[in-house]
Formats: sequence, C-alpha cells, structure tokens
Amino acid sequence: MEIFLQQLINGVTLGSIYGLIAIGYTMVFGIIGMVNFAHGDVFMLSAFIALLLLLLLTQMLGLPAGLAFVPVLFGSMCLTALWNFVIERVAYRRLRGSFRLAPLISAIGMSTFLSNFVTVTQGPNNKSIPPLLNKIIPLTSGGDYDVTLSYKQILIVAVTAVLLAAFWFVVQKTSLGRAQRACEQDAKMAALLGVDVNRTISLTFVIGAALAAVAGSLFLLQYGVVKSSDGFVPGVKAFTAAVLGGIGSLPGAVLGGLAIGLVETLWGQYFSSDYKDVAAFSLLAVTLIFMPSGLLGRPDVEKV
Amino acid sequence: MSAPQPLLSRAFRDGVVAALIVAGLGFPVIAYRAEPDFNNVLTLNARWPLFLTFCALGFALRFLLTLWTARPRPLRAVKAPEAPVRRPWLAPLGLAALIAYPLLMPVLLGPQAALKWVDTFGVQILLYVLLGWGLNIAVGLAGLLDLGYAAFYAVGAYAYALLAPLTGLSFWALLPVSGLFAALWGFCIGFPVLRLRGDYLAIVTLAFAEIVRVVLVNWDVVTHGEQGLFGFPPISFFGLPFIPGPRGFAAHFGLKFAAVHKLIFLYFVVLALALVANFVSIRLRRLPLGRAWEALREDEIACRALGLDTANIKLTAFALGAFFAGIAGCLFALRQGVVSPSSFTFNESATILAIVVLGGRGSQWGVALAAALIVGASELLRQLDFLKMIFGPDFDPAQYRMLLVGLAMVAMMNFRPRGIVSTRQPTITLPAAGVRP
Repeated sequence: MEIFLQQLINGVTLGSIYGLIAIGYTMVFGIIGMVNFAHGDVFMLSAFIALLLLLLLTQMLGLPAGLAFVPVLFGSMCLTALWNFVIERVAYRRLRGSFRLAPLISAIGMSTFLSNFVTVTQGPNNKSIPPLLNKIIPLTSGGDYDVTLSYKQILIVAVTAVLLAAFWFVVQKTSLGRAQRACEQDAKMAALLGVDVNRTISLTFVIGAALAAVAGSLFLLQYGVVKSSDGFVPGVKAFTAAVLGGIGSLPGAVLGGLAIGLVETLWGQYFSSDYKDVAAFSLLAVTLIFMPSGLLGRPDVEKV
Repeated sequence: MSAPQPLLSRAFRDGVVAALIVAGLGFPVIAYRAEPDFNNVLTLNARWPLFLTFCALGFALRFLLTLWTARPRPLRAVKAPEAPVRRPWLAPLGLAALIAYPLLMPVLLGPQAALKWVDTFGVQILLYVLLGWGLNIAVGLAGLLDLGYAAFYAVGAYAYALLAPLTGLSFWALLPVSGLFAALWGFCIGFPVLRLRGDYLAIVTLAFAEIVRVVLVNWDVVTHGEQGLFGFPPISFFGLPFIPGPRGFAAHFGLKFAAVHKLIFLYFVVLALALVANFVSIRLRRLPLGRAWEALREDEIACRALGLDTANIKLTAFALGAFFAGIAGCLFALRQGVVSPSSFTFNESATILAIVVLGGRGSQWGVALAAALIVGASELLRQLDFLKMIFGPDFDPAQYRMLLVGLAMVAMMNFRPRGIVSTRQPTITLPAAGVRP
C-alpha cells in the first residue's frame, strides 16, 4: 500500500510533465491539424537551455541554485519560444496548402535535426546536475517503506495547475484565445473577419514552446539529468497523452498526461520497468484504434 | 507614404535582425558546452568564436538573400512544358554498369582495396535502394506514412539470424521466409491501424516500431539483448562456402581466395532482389490494385465513394512494403554478420523515409538516386578528416549525417515536395484529343 501511494505521487509528478508537453501538441493540432512531431525535441532542447542557463547563473555569477531557478525558467521559456517561432516559420508555414503528409514529414525532419543539433553541440552523453531542492516531507513513518513527498514534486504539480488555469483563461476569455478558437474552426473565415491567422498560429507555437520549456525545466529539476536523445520517447508519450485526453482539448491533454504518467510508473513498479515504454506505446495504439476521439475530445469527422 | 528605403540599408537591417535571431537561438546551446570536469561536475566551456561565426553567417546570408531577391528581373515568357525526353537506352546501360561495377573493382583496385567499394558503395547502397523501393510502395504509391519501417527490417534480420542455426535451412529457403514473417507482422500491425487517418497511422507505426525495439532489447533469452545475435551461417554460393581451403568457393573454381568474392556474390543477390522489387512495383502500378493505391493516396473519401475496399487495399500495400523490408533485413544480417537492436532505431526508419522523400514519393529512379546520395554523402562525411584540422580534434564530421538528413527532409518538403526527380510520369493519362489510344 505504501509503495502504491509512493508510485501514485511519482506518477502524478511525471504525468504533470507529460501534460505540459501534451498541451503543445494538442494546441498545434487543434489549430492547423498537424502532428508537430518535433515538439518532443523542443522539450529536450528547452531542458538543455535550462541546464546551460542554470550552470551559467550558478557558476559564472555565483547565484545559489534555488534563487537561480526562477530566471532559468523564464530564460528557457523565452529562448525555447523563439526556437519554436523560427521552426514554424522555416519548416511549417509554407506547407499549409501542401499535400496532407507534407507538414508531418517536415516535422520529422525537424525532429531529427533538433536532436542531432544538440548531440553535435553538446555531446551525446548524459548531463547531470547536482540535485536541487532536496527537502522532503515524510507522509508515513515507522513502516518498512516510508512514503515521501518532495518539495520538487509539490512545485511541479503546483506549476502545472497554475499554468493550466492561466492558459485555460487565455483560451477562453482573451481576444487571442478567441482568435485561436476561430482559426481552429475555420481559418479562411477567420481571416476574412480580420483575424491575423499567421500571427495566431505563430503565437500558438510560442505558447506551446513556452509550456514545453516549463516541462523541460521541471524535468531537469526532478530527474537532474538530460541527454540529447531524451526528446523522442517523452515526445511520443506526450502525444499519447494528447490523444488519450482527446486531441484539441486543453484539460484533456493534462488528464491524458496524468493517465500516462500513472500507467507508466505503476507498470514499472508492478510488472516490469524494462517494458514500461511498451505499456505507454500500446496505450497509444489501443486508444487510437478504439477511441480515436479520446476522453474529452470531439469526434473527428472527415469532410470533403 | 514614406519613400522606399534604399536597398542596401534594407538589406543591412534584415541582416541585423537575422543575426539577432541566430544569436537568440544559439545563445546558450552554441555559445556554451557543458562538459563534466575531473570531479565529474558539469562545467561550462565558452565557445564565443563559434557563436559569433554563426551570427555573422546569419547576417551575411540574410543580407545577400535580400539583395538577391530584390535584383531586377526581366519578365520572361512562360515556357510551355516540354515533352519528356525518352531515353530508352538509359535503363539497359545503367544495368550493365551495375553488373560490371563489382567485377571491375577488384581488377582495378586489387581484391583488398575493393572490399570497401563493393561493400559500402555497392551492397549498402543497394540495400537502401531495396528498402527505399519497398517503403515507396507504402508511402509513395499508397500514401501511407510508415514511420516504423525499421521494425519490419528488424523482423527480417532476426528471422534469418534465429532460424538459420535452428532449422539448418539454407539462405535461399530462409530469404522468402524472412520476407513472409515481416509481411505477416505488417499484416498484423496494419490490420487494426489502417483505418486511422494518415498522421495517426504514422505515429502508431512509430509506436509499434519502438515496441519491437524494446522487446528486442529486453527479451534476452531469444534475442541476446543489446549484444545481438551473431555466429549464424554466412552466405554461401549455392552450397559452396566462401572460405579458404579446398572445399571453398575459390578452390572449386580455381580462383585465389579473396574476401571480396563473398561480397560480390551478395552484391548480385541484393541487386537481383532490388530489381524484383522494382519490377513488382512498376507492374503492380498498372494493375487495378496499383491504380487503387494511387487513387487512395490522392483522395480516400472519393475511393470509398467509388466502392473500393480501402482497408484491404491499404493492407496489401503495407504488407508488401513490409515483405521487401523483411527481405532486406535478411540480406542485412548476411552482410553484417551480426544483428543487434541498435541497427533498427528510429534513425534508420527516418533515413529510409528521407530516401523516399528525397527521391520523390513514387519515383523509382529518384529513390535509387537518393539512396546513393545519402549513403555516399555519409561516407563522404566520414572521409573529411581535414575538417578536424580546422575545428579541432573533437570534431567528428560523421555526427552531422543525421543532422543533414533532417535538414534535407525539411528543405525537400518546402522547396521540392515532389522530390529531386520531379518528373514522374502519371501512370495513366487521358488520350490526347483525336488520337486513338
């Protein structure tokens, strides 16, 4: 029971990170209907940017690591947003009228480019930082196995909740969100009514990247290690989360993320940690085959 | 209205903006590199010269681009599309060159130096051509984006590596078996997922490929994990093994033993099978099935409205593509002598997909050219040792291979979405007015 509780806490933490990445997938899919395959690698890149900024602030300027984390988070969000903005301009914008698979193929190319770009510039090995924010709260004590909740995990879940609330507000209540939803429904009509479609799409990519950067920084904080091939598997899992939650739906993405995080940690605990990726990937296949519109999504009807 | 800016100052401004963007993109990732020091603590190494070079490059490229696009261009009449030049001699000539190539190499370079040329630039390129043509059936003809092609490749390779010692059957018997195994897997995987829309299908095939890879890594009892399988019987010339000594191939034909004989034979086997794949896909394209594939690629809804059984049609394309991947996998096992999961990563699928995309989806010539180009370019990168003198001893040009493959895919989609050879003839056209077909 204690172990189960502990894995539940770990699963929710991991799931929050997947959820944040999944929002990027789901928003881009909602607005231009493409699977932004490079998003996982954008997440990995953001973790690297956060790592480098953290080292820069702590080693060059001598800030304590706890204090440095806030500027690192913001710096990583801004720089990753710039990356995704440029990626959209370079790799996807011209392809909107092209044949259906063109943006996906371009995104696969971009994903390959990004992971190898980081390999080339930073080397292929694991980069680990000394653990930050080590305080833990013991929830049970005295038993064979003590359940603990770390400050990091509280921070991760809290940040996810706050960001989800903030972006939910943006999408539902602001003019940007209205423009976004209009483009989602009918880009041509939105353009006729004076919505700047290109700008809206760019902003969507920027927001998605900023959330991926939050996920990247939190990932670094929680696990303390990142390597250049780390974009691929979390990327696919986050996509699974987006699909499971119902692609196009913001709360669905977070819900899906939590589900994937839980499935993965519990599977790793009770069945086999070697095969935990298999569990997540099978879940993706099963969801797509039997429930393609996900938990909270609208059924997707293809029209002529 | 303000007066138009002078061109130079506009170009200069664009250049500065581009340099700033490059600076933002490259700031921590290019400017610093985190490396563990002696105490295994990550420390930053500044690389400002490299960073500034990139910014300067960004400025220069954008500056020149603005000047170039603003150059005065005379109006030109639109040329009528030329009738395609038919070159009936091209195919026989190419075939003759392909047959002569491995036989000439040992004569010209000596049997030892020819090894690399026959192996890397012969067998390897042909394997990729075979894979490219196989994937082309799914991606190019039927429009099914298969991101898990390496999984079928792996199934073929492991099928041979496991069955050859177990059954004692020869390579000729196991070749179709590997293909059929892969096709069976293609069938099983394709059956549930082929109803999905294109991009979902792509991701699910990717997920399946990862599952296959994870199983190969972890199922130690059968696959020996990361180490992989080795020691399975190598290829033999219709029962004559390629070994030195009186019972080998060389002694039987009165030749001097050379390792290259085996590769030359393998080369011809791969060449023959690649030609079979080519023949099959060209012929199938003219059959109702192939027509249905191409129709499906263009518009699935219209196909369904016309009463085509889209699931079955997709399944045949998917399974046939997987079949050729299985064949290629078997040949890969024979070439490599060792089969391990690291050969069948997503990078492998991406490379094969890049070959198809570069070559132009559906174009046989283009795919062959693209395979030669990608293998050739990555080998070329390996040879560029002089770059080490410029960028320091840590610089390994071979690392840039996948980076360039990725960039090439993005560039092709943006600028030439139909591929390098973008003149594939439509399989079927309306007869010209007044001409009886």
